[in-house]
Amino acid sequence: MELTPQEYQQLVQKHVKPSPLGKDMLWAFVVGGAICTLGQGILDFWKAVGLDEKDAATATSITLIGLSALLTGLHLYEKLAKYAGAGTLVPITGFSNSVASPALEFKSEGFILGTGAKMFTIAGPVIVYGISASILYGVILVILGAL
Amino acid sequence: MPSCWNPGKRGDYLMQYVYAFITGGIICALSQILIDKTKLTPARILTSYVVLGVILTAIGVYKPLVDWAGAGATVPLLGFGYTLAEGVKTAVSDSGLLGALTGGAKAAAGGISAAVFFGLLTALLFKPADKS
Repeated sequence: MELTPQEYQQLVQKHVKPSPLGKDMLWAFVVGGAICTLGQGILDFWKAVGLDEKDAATATSITLIGLSALLTGLHLYEKLAKYAGAGTLVPITGFSNSVASPALEFKSEGFILGTGAKMFTIAGPVIVYGISASILYGVILVILGAL
Repeated sequence: MPSCWNPGKRGDYLMQYVYAFITGGIICALSQILIDKTKLTPARILTSYVVLGVILTAIGVYKPLVDWAGAGATVPLLGFGYTLAEGVKTAVSDSGLLGALTGGAKAAAGGISAAVFFGLLTALLFKPADKS
């Protein structure tokens, strides 16, 4: 049987990936939902010990970031991420993982240009554009307030 | 106090967890489509989400979602944008133009500092993955 590379590619894809999107989405839904539910539990915990709304929200982010960094160090987060995809990327735990993972993996290149620099590969742009967008919003609010 | 925190009513209290699960789950499932169907890298997705979170908060869409879904809306990275935008709004009303520059970073300080510090701690305490 003669196959063009394109036909072969199609054949391989048909056998290797039996409609992965639905399965991937289900994984993302369940894991992402579970992380948010855990976040809700942590949020309620911090409120129960007496933090106000705003501090409880900050403490929740910090707790999730710490947990995620720990799981990243134990190489468990990446195992979960293989299945969960967006379910582990999109929650704030994914942001933490995007910092801790290169910080650890690039240790071999030194603590300054390895760990110190590479931890911002993803967090850098997130902070640059997030902060800039917030400043733009603030300036708009100032202008609207002055009108 | 918002309706999402009402320990007196056990039913409401449990429903808050259901809303968090559903909302967080849907945001992640929709993001999975971006990953599978486009060539967007994780860096682009996360960056877009934070900016989108700022925009959605600015136009007044995100706050109602946070009130309803709780951590389901604040834990996804869109919620980081929400934190930035809410922080700026408060700071501008307190100190005007100066607040526009300090509000976002101040509100996000806990998260950013935690990510950096725990990231460094991870690098110090653990071994890199075996590449073989």
